[in-house]
Amino acid sequence: MNRRPVSPRLPTRRLLRVWQRNWLVYRQTWLISFLPPLLEPCFYLLAFGIGLAQMVGPVISSAGTISYTAFIAPALVAINIMQSAFFETTYASFVRMYYQKTFAAMLATPLTLEEIITGEILWGATKAVIGSALMLIVISCFGLFHFPSALLLLPAALLGGLAFACAGMVFTAIVPAIETFNLPVFLFITPMFLFSGTFFPLDNLPAWAQFVAQLLPLTHVVELCRAAGLGHPLPATAPALAYLTLWCLILFPLALIAMRRRLIH
Amino acid sequence: MIVATSLRKAFGKLRAVDDITFSVSPGECFGILGPNGAGKTTTIRMLFGFTPKSAGRLQLFGLDIDQHLRQVKARIGVCPQENNLDPDLSVRQNLEMYARYFDIPPPLARRRADQLLSFIALEHRQNARIGELSGGMLRRLVLARALINEPELLILDEPTTGLDPQSRHQLWNRVEALKARGLTVLLTTHYMDEAARLCDRLMIVDQGKILVEGTPLQLIHDHVGAEIIEVASPNADLRAFVDRSGTPYEDLGHRLIIYASGGAEYYHTLSREFCQSGCMLRPATLEDVFLRLTGRELRE
Ligand SMILES: Nc1ncnc2c1ncn2[C@@H]1O[C@H](COP(=O)(O)OP(=O)(O)OP(=O)(O)O)[C@@H](O)[C@H]1O
Ligand SMILES: [Mg+2]
Repeated sequence: MNRRPVSPRLPTRRLLRVWQRNWLVYRQTWLISFLPPLLEPCFYLLAFGIGLAQMVGPVISSAGTISYTAFIAPALVAINIMQSAFFETTYASFVRMYYQKTFAAMLATPLTLEEIITGEILWGATKAVIGSALMLIVISCFGLFHFPSALLLLPAALLGGLAFACAGMVFTAIVPAIETFNLPVFLFITPMFLFSGTFFPLDNLPAWAQFVAQLLPLTHVVELCRAAGLGHPLPATAPALAYLTLWCLILFPLALIAMRRRLIH
Repeated sequence: MIVATSLRKAFGKLRAVDDITFSVSPGECFGILGPNGAGKTTTIRMLFGFTPKSAGRLQLFGLDIDQHLRQVKARIGVCPQENNLDPDLSVRQNLEMYARYFDIPPPLARRRADQLLSFIALEHRQNARIGELSGGMLRRLVLARALINEPELLILDEPTTGLDPQSRHQLWNRVEALKARGLTVLLTTHYMDEAARLCDRLMIVDQGKILVEGTPLQLIHDHVGAEIIEVASPNADLRAFVDRSGTPYEDLGHRLIIYASGGAEYYHTLSREFCQSGCMLRPATLEDVFLRLTGRELRE
């Protein structure tokens, strides 16, 4: 069969139109969208910071000794980055793609599939940034962040958000049905939530587990957030930055290719 | 406007569109008719690059679609078979946001949305959600959305399927108004009256191949003649008479369809000598052509 090679088309700035569509919808429900990142850190800080902190005492690590509450505060932002971006490009993008046929409608306009998918990924990362900004405000009210370095949480949220948005989009391109997302959530998101240096230092784990943790993207996002939030020296974050950049460089093209295979017949 | 040469689409072994060649001139309304699964939607989807073609050449506005897909898409309006309006947005937002996908600046998008809302008579529902609209309103909105970029070619895939007679006539009026302005229209439909009313020229396709092509009148004339005699519960004498006369007919068991181009004379003989009741002479329609060419069996 004489099949033309399907050329991958590089997205242009038109992808912002797709981003704008999601932004328009988001603005209409901003009150509901704003609540989780505002309330979630309060719940966690109350439960862990006040309830649990009295039992565990301060956290002693190479970077010094800090209260348990200060230890988990940046990790809460990291978890939010992961969840906002990942859930946006999995469940939310899947609904738009599969049930609402939004991508199909866009494909009849000058937009290309690559622009649509890139716009969605960028939107997922944007939600991570918005959530982080809100959490930054709340957690700062508890006096747990170091300024001005805590402002670096925003670029960290962008990078981390892109990483998880790309990962989510790869799953969206391959799952047969929306229920299948339970699998990556259970096998990928939940273990990371617990074992990425979020609620206890990685040093507490056996060596092999520390090694596995280093392979998980959330570990590196936590690393970045902790450095920004607590004002640790920045050069130490180079490996985390490199890891997340590489992750995006691999998963972004993968998401585009997988989506083209799914949608273009 | 459209020049398709040996256009083909294969899904694995199935050739949904099998080397079809056709062209559409500017200002023309061209129809694609065919039973379910004939390949109409697939053909249309290749025209705006939604489905990549397997083989053949496709030129729109003199541009080759392989090299100029984005430019071509900017000049087409598509009304797809299934309503894919954005349920997260209001009626007006659906139009304005769609305009943004075409890179139309917001003030112009607003102006065009105003015009189109009045064109489809939905101004009073402009802030409604998509889920609140009736089927006819949805279809009109899809039509308006297809016009937001002021296309040179309008593609309509079964624009009136599932609509009540009022909504169908409303939609036909809109399409006729657009035709009068010189817009080129490509239309698929299962309704022969719709095709006869709107299309200047049409083709009937089946299993990915073109069966015939021509103007509605010419197709009726060439393939079934001007008039049809239908006989309900024919008796043996009548069958024998029709057989002897050599007039082409179809025997559906309980019903005879006689392609009596001879018309009145033949009908009078028939009804005087053999028909107690249940004989009917009527003008031939496109539907007769369609059924004669594509057969009466169910598809799939
Ligand atoms: N993505 C696809 N993968 C495999 N087969 C497909 C695909 N899309 C369409 N087909 C097949 O191609 C054939 C033509 O389908 P198409 O939708 O073009 O028909 P149609 O003429 O529009 O029918 P209808 O009147 O029901 O809308 C059908 O047999 C259909 O099953
Ligand atoms: Mg169809």
